[in-house]
Order: sequence, then structure tokens, then C-alpha cells
Amino acid sequence: MTKEKKTIDSKLSIYPAKTKKQITIIFAAVLGMYLFSMFWTQRDMAGGFGGALGNMYRVIEKFFPPNFAVLPALVDPIAETIHMAIIATTIATILTVPLAILSAQNVTTFKPLYYLTRTFLNLLRTIPDLVLAVIFVGLFGIGVFPGILALAVFSLGILAKLIGETIESVDMNPMEAMRASGGNVFQVIWYALIPQILPQFTSFVLYVFEINIRASVVLGYVGAGGIGLILNQQLGFYNYPNAMAVIIVIFVVVIAIEYVSNKIREALI
Amino acid sequence: MASYTLPPKPKNSLYKKVKRIVITLLVIALYVWTFTSIDIDWQNAMDRFVQNYNVLIPMLFSPDWSATGEVALKMLETIFIAFAGSLMAAVLAIPLSFMAANNMMGGKIAATVGKWILSAVRAFPDIILAILFVVAVGPNAFAGVLAIAIGSTGMLGKMFSEIIESIDMQVVEAMQANGANKIQILFYAVMPQVIPEFLSYAIYRFEVDIRASSILGIVGAGGIGTMVMFASQNREWNEMGTILLGIIIVVTIIDFTSARIRKKIV
Repeated sequence: MTKEKKTIDSKLSIYPAKTKKQITIIFAAVLGMYLFSMFWTQRDMAGGFGGALGNMYRVIEKFFPPNFAVLPALVDPIAETIHMAIIATTIATILTVPLAILSAQNVTTFKPLYYLTRTFLNLLRTIPDLVLAVIFVGLFGIGVFPGILALAVFSLGILAKLIGETIESVDMNPMEAMRASGGNVFQVIWYALIPQILPQFTSFVLYVFEINIRASVVLGYVGAGGIGLILNQQLGFYNYPNAMAVIIVIFVVVIAIEYVSNKIREALI
Repeated sequence: MASYTLPPKPKNSLYKKVKRIVITLLVIALYVWTFTSIDIDWQNAMDRFVQNYNVLIPMLFSPDWSATGEVALKMLETIFIAFAGSLMAAVLAIPLSFMAANNMMGGKIAATVGKWILSAVRAFPDIILAILFVVAVGPNAFAGVLAIAIGSTGMLGKMFSEIIESIDMQVVEAMQANGANKIQILFYAVMPQVIPEFLSYAIYRFEVDIRASSILGIVGAGGIGTMVMFASQNREWNEMGTILLGIIIVVTIIDFTSARIRKKIV
């Protein structure tokens, strides 16, 4: 009985042979690429993987215990980071409104304009925040201003795309009704579109604000202000306990802001 | 004209009104705090701008083609870092997500613990993970791989656990009723439902990781970021133009390909 069942099972598979072959090839390709990536990234590492793991424990130990005596000195830079994120998010939110509307297929019926905005936003999103920061620091010198600009441009790309997609998924009936009863473009947008997207809009703005807080850690590294600058300095002096205190402060602030913005988002949607 | 009467407006309760006023005041206070304490040195920024504009912008748009080879090699390294990192993360995220999902493994405690682990991992910005790993394994691309792997595990684990929570549990119950054991349920009821979406999110994460790994170089974790750092320190904006072009091309191609693959899978 059991033997017979087994033979049937092995002959009749639910997947056709072609699919099996394809999956095997894809799996092999992914695995091959992975092994090669591992080889490539480890090729100039002294001591190899085993040595590194052994080393890791000893080095991480240097970070502990964190030196919390530096906490009062960190209040200003972390406040600066939050300020930068607030201003950048505000600028991005204002600029995103026309861009998002132009990049939504159902509102912008003039095709060339739609494709132009789409391409522009896609291009904008490919540029990493670091490169933006480096260019703006090159233009405006070291300070908070280039940091704010970099964050604003970086978040504009993300925000406009998310909101553009939200606009594309709205219920078109109220808009058609408004148009049929003689509303002009701005009336249609104000009374039929905005009430539908406002909750998502606010939620995405908060999400981008979170991203900006994280990104501003990177900015300090290239001289664009914020807490990253302090972290870079402390690591540069090999002052690991101080650096750990900075890292913990960033960690706590990120978690706190995420918690608050999650609560607000839950209340909105 | 006057014969039309509008329906009465919905009445706002006192609680709602107070809530609205408090929120408005809080937002205004936040902005006042921001704008009074931020100090932007406009004079300096404008001076610099006038001074640098004519140098930087034209140079940025006339890429230095002699650096193409080096940029291509570093871009390749960036892709390798992102690939190895996101694959590691995808594998690590699976057990964690099964632990964090409410409808698997039984037990609310396991789910809560799993969710806590995932959100703690998620709260670390990638760059900070990279700093820690650079100190631990030295300034090379492998530090970047580890940073990406750990950084993505948090996000992927959360996504995966949400997918697991949304599966059709009737299939699982039917198999239980037929006397299937846990392993059989896993392979025949859970896996077929979650695998397409798992793959889709893992590929999407690879897209995100390409962007993330392109900045890790500033802390010495390999990839194109190393070149960005050197080019900006030496103010070689021609080279920066080439780097920027390289990043834009690679990210666009990968976004496009991954979007097509994801469409095919789901």
C-alpha cells in the first residue's frame, strides 16, 4: 500500500517539468551571483570571514560602556537635526502638491506633461541623499542650509511619487460629478480630490519626516549639519564610548519619533 | 433661488473641537521652536553660492569620461553589496517573520517578542550599522554587506510577517482536520500562499538596498560612496558628474527590471 502510493507521488508532480527546470536555473543563477558577491566583497579583507567574526566581539566591546556624560552636549545637535527634518519636510510637502497632481494620470489628462513630470520624478529619486548633500555643500559651503536643501530635494522625489500614486487610485465618480455640474479644475481638485487623499497625504508626510530624521545622520558626515557631525568627530578621535552614546541617542530619538508618528497615522486612517 | 436648502452641516462635538485646537497649537509651537532656534548663515551661503556656481554646475554636467572604468567597477561592487546583503536579509527574515506573525507558532508572547526584535533592528539607520561593522570587520565591502543584511532584515521581517498574517487560514484548518502534521501544513498550506509575495518584497528590497549601499562608502564600507567622498574632498566635480550618471543609469535599470519581474511573479 505505502509503496504503491510512493511511486504515484514521485511520478505525478503538481509542477510541470519545464517550470522545475526554470526554477532550478534561476536558483542556480541567484546562488552563483551570491557566492561571487561574497567572494568579491571579502577579497580585500584581512583574516577572512572567521577572523572578522572573532575580531568583531573584541571591537564591539570597546564601545561599552557608553559615556553618558556627554548627553547635555548632544541636546543642541539633535535639536538641529529635528529642525532640519521639519523644515525640509515642510518644503517638500509644499512643492510636492503640484508635482503629485501633474504626475497622476487621471487628473493630468495632457499626456506629454504627465510623462515629463514622471520622468523628472524618477530621475530625482535615483540620486542618493549623500550625493545631493555633497553637491549642495559644494555649492553653499558647510552648514545647515545645504543639509535642508538636500533633504528637501531627496524627500520631494519620494513624496511626490507616493502621493501621485494615491491620487491615481481615488474614486473618480465625485470628480466627474463636480465636472458635470460645472466645477472648474481648481474646484474639482479642492472639493472632490483633496478630501479623498488628505488622510494618506498626512500619513506619507509623517513617513517622509521619519526618513528625513534617519537621512540627516548621513548629512552630518559631509558637513551638512546635525548629529552626524558629532558622531563623525567622535569616531575620528577613536572615542568609542562617546560615539556609542551618540548612537544610543539617535536610536532613542528615531524610535520615539516613529512611535509618535505611527500613533498619529493610526488615528488618521 | 431661496427654495434650495442645504442639508444641515454635521455638528462637531466639543471634544473634536478641542482636539483640533490643541493639535493646531502644537504644530504652530513646533514651527515657532524650529524657526527661532535654527540658525542659517544666509550671508555665507549666498557668498559661497555666487563663488561656486560658475565652477560647480558646468563641471557637473561635463562628466570626466576617463573615470568611467573606475566608476563602473565601483558600481558593480555596489550591486554585489546590495545583492549579497538583501539575499542574506531575505533568508534571515523568514524565521523571524514566522515568529512575529500572530497566526503562526501559536502563542502571543512569541509574536510580541518577534515584533519587538524586528522594530528594534529597524530603528537603526543603515549608516550607523555600517559604522559599527566597519569598526568590527575593517573598512571593506563586507562591512557594507553586513550592514545591508541587518538593516533590511528588520523591514523585510515586518513585511513578511504581515503577509503571513494575511493568508487564508481555512486551508491550514482543512489540512489540520485531515491530520496533516506541522511540516506538511507549512509546505502545502502556508508556503504556496506566501512565496510569490515574499519574492516580490525581497526583490523590491534589493532596489532599496542598491540606493542604500551607494552611500555606505562614506564610512568606508565599500561601493560607489567611497568615490563620492574622494571626489567631493578633492572638489573634482567632473568626476562627480560621471559618478552621478553611473548611479542614475544603474538604479534606473534595476528599478525597471525589478518592477517587471515583480509584475510577473504576483
